[in-house]
Amino acid sequence: MTGTPDPTGTPDPTAVTNPTGATDPTGATDPTGATGTRGATGPEDAPAAAPGTTAAPLHLAVALDGAGWHPAAWREEGARPGELLDAVYWAGLVAEAERGLIDFVTFEDALGLQSAAFHLPDDRTDQVRGSIDAVLLAAHLAPLTTHIGLVPTTNVTHTEPFHLAIGIATLDHASRGRAGWRPQISSRAADAAHFGRRTTPQLTEDDVTDPESVSQPLRALFSEGAEAVEAARRLWDSWEDGAEIRDAATGRFLDRDKVHHIDFRGSGFSVKGPSITPRSPQGQPLVVSLAHATVPYEFAALSSDVVAVTPHDRPGAAAILAQVAEAVERTGRDVTERPLRTFADLVVFLDDEPGVAARRKARLDETAGAEFVSDAEIFTGTPTGLADLLLDWHSTGLDGFRLRPGTLPHDLTAITRSLVPELQRRGAFRTEYASTTLRGHLGLARPVSRYGRAG
Amino acid sequence: MSATAKKQVHLAAQLPGIHNVTVWSDPRSGSQIAIDSFIRLAQTVERGRFDFFFLAEGLRLREHKGEVYDLDIAGRPENLTVLSALAAVTTHLGLVATVNATFNEPYEVARRFATLDRLSGGRAGWNVVTSYDAFTGENFRRGGFLPEADRYTRAAEFLTVARKLWDSWSESDLKADAVAGEFATSGAGRFAHRGQHFDISGRFTTPPGPQGHPVIVQSGESDAGREFAASDAEVIFSKHNRIDVAREFYRDVKRRLATYGRRPEDLLILPTANAIVADTDEEAAAYAQEVSRELVSPQTAIAHLEAVWGRDLSAYDPDGPLPGIEPEDDAHFLKGHSVFRKGRAETARQWRRLAEERNLSIRELVIEVGGRQTFVGSPRTVADAIDDYVQTGGADGFVLVPHLTPGGLDDFVDRVVPILQEKGVHRDDYTGTTLRDHLGLSAAPRPAGWGGPGRPPLGAASARPEGETR
Repeated sequence: MTGTPDPTGTPDPTAVTNPTGATDPTGATDPTGATGTRGATGPEDAPAAAPGTTAAPLHLAVALDGAGWHPAAWREEGARPGELLDAVYWAGLVAEAERGLIDFVTFEDALGLQSAAFHLPDDRTDQVRGSIDAVLLAAHLAPLTTHIGLVPTTNVTHTEPFHLAIGIATLDHASRGRAGWRPQISSRAADAAHFGRRTTPQLTEDDVTDPESVSQPLRALFSEGAEAVEAARRLWDSWEDGAEIRDAATGRFLDRDKVHHIDFRGSGFSVKGPSITPRSPQGQPLVVSLAHATVPYEFAALSSDVVAVTPHDRPGAAAILAQVAEAVERTGRDVTERPLRTFADLVVFLDDEPGVAARRKARLDETAGAEFVSDAEIFTGTPTGLADLLLDWHSTGLDGFRLRPGTLPHDLTAITRSLVPELQRRGAFRTEYASTTLRGHLGLARPVSRYGRAG
Repeated sequence: MSATAKKQVHLAAQLPGIHNVTVWSDPRSGSQIAIDSFIRLAQTVERGRFDFFFLAEGLRLREHKGEVYDLDIAGRPENLTVLSALAAVTTHLGLVATVNATFNEPYEVARRFATLDRLSGGRAGWNVVTSYDAFTGENFRRGGFLPEADRYTRAAEFLTVARKLWDSWSESDLKADAVAGEFATSGAGRFAHRGQHFDISGRFTTPPGPQGHPVIVQSGESDAGREFAASDAEVIFSKHNRIDVAREFYRDVKRRLATYGRRPEDLLILPTANAIVADTDEEAAAYAQEVSRELVSPQTAIAHLEAVWGRDLSAYDPDGPLPGIEPEDDAHFLKGHSVFRKGRAETARQWRRLAEERNLSIRELVIEVGGRQTFVGSPRTVADAIDDYVQTGGADGFVLVPHLTPGGLDDFVDRVVPILQEKGVHRDDYTGTTLRDHLGLSAAPRPAGWGGPGRPPLGAASARPEGETR
């Protein structure tokens, strides 16, 4: 066992991934894959599942990455390892997710090559290496889809907030209101050398022993990341609706009173504004972050519309929701005005026959030469068993789940063609998209420009 | 000259989503920001078998007298993001974006262009521009740090680094060998560069797309710009409204290529132009006059004059003569407008001389000096004029900037392109799949070993089979 946290090695974020998979406080990581069995025991604990109840809607997102989240997924039969960096492959996956009425897909990304080690580059050649820009990928998929939300990951440590803000706003225009954004700090010191204008902390083996420890040296980067998101949100607000007037009588194209400098001053950067990009269909695209510890929970409370967390069982989910609520309290966020949707991440291996998924994962582990562990709970089982688990955890107050398919397209197809119909049968998931925007899918209002309110 | 030896006319289009190049008051004028506008124009020109679709960049809204400039179209999307979307709804059209080498970093820019080239199947181009501008810099960490003299040294080094990054993956580094368990070689993406502006190293994430390097475009007509183009670019954008000036520019730039071991056909010269097409020459002429007055409203005329004079001229009559007073040399009345940013006194003298010679009002003068090459007439007249311009050494083709968004090239594509095709100077169908194919540029091997300005001549870099260029 190599203790790899994350099959892509993507230096996680806002998400400090559990670097070893071994120190989770709930101790729930079950390498035997028995979690599927456990989930399957709980249908009667899932009141939200009953048709006709008025339970909060269940939301589903799918996290797309490479050939799937298992590091050996690219070697599976049916994988297309030579196409992972090309458009056709991704178009197929997103079309499948949209067929399953999924709320949104996320695209992983980083400004460094993937690594099996959380804090350092590696020289491994036996795992997927290489990536393309996730914002551009999402934009490419926008005209090929009509309803599904598109949420690329970007780095907020090295990339200019202005560039990020206009890129995501443009994705919102290109998708007619389906853009999200997953801002991630760059936790690997080696990434800084790709830019040569600053350094970031070099994490040690000790730092990466658990999520709380690893987030401490990164506190300043999270804080700066929150500033980057705030600057982006102000830029998104900097054009009020109706700023474009095309008033031929006075010769004015713009109402300049509705276009605002933002004058943002952060600890490490400043942005004058206004944006060059007019206000986008959602007003503010949806900000999503992944969080496993106090510092990133606070980042989420400050910055996000959706936070994805990594509980390992139902009590763990409840405990994390309480921690997130505390972070919301500490940061003074008004959740009536700005709701924070909570999703739980799960890695999933799904097959219709009991036991098959666990055997499949065991075979993948053997191919990989190490047992696959993750920051998130790994579910191996049947779509029915997963439906039981989702509805059980949903009842703690989670709004939804971000499922990470172990292998693509197998586990994605199992989600869209087996899990989703199962949830629909139970009256727990939409049978058609009721909205055309990502905020709409999640029941979130379109924000009004702060400058409009002020003026 | 035999018919078969005629030069091909290269055509490109720019969505005129900004400033006073679009008649936004026309009822046919649509959104300059909605994705539908971009899709509509791109698909139209792909139907016309154009080489590429181009989007410019501007990273700060212009300001006039300290306030956001409100007279012209403002507000645009991030161009690489739009082009990535367009790659999904087009199949052959080249996709060219301006990206500034001042307020960006090579690692990200190289990665984004490699991504666009992959997503589009080899259709990416990069218009490398420079800025020193502290006004734009206020939106970025770099701020106004760059002395103007360093603009091109940074841009050249930026391009050198980008090329290193694109070359950091060789063709054979992406193995994807599931049986052997080797996804990529251990050397894939390794790079290191130490120079005056950049000191970076590590591993690059993105194998190059089908073109290896995107097509490199340069715009701007200064001496340094021409030299940069001659050494490093494959297309140069220019802006002229007189063919004699265009021919002089064409001769000069093509002459400079030899210094770098390059041939005249290794760099295409594409001025921006508009084409106003109507059933008859007379109708087109009348409409063209209307368009130019719509593009330069009385308020716009005064604002442009103020940008040069650096002082409030709101009391002057736009239909009257130019002011007799001298410019203020240190004022910045119109910020973010590159054309008028320096040499105010000299510009004012030239403008006054021109206005007096030709008896032009303020508005007429602004129309005259701000105009680009415009082809006006019936489809036949326009096609003949374009062909003639190219055959007589004025250009290799044009970047058409229609005065209406997004339908402004419908007439051109439907009525002028067929005549150019009949004349045998424009392709009936695409014969290649990449932007390099369309432009007749060497496809492989990619120009490895290119440096920046001042690199040693590399005769081999431009080698390709004779007869490939049409």
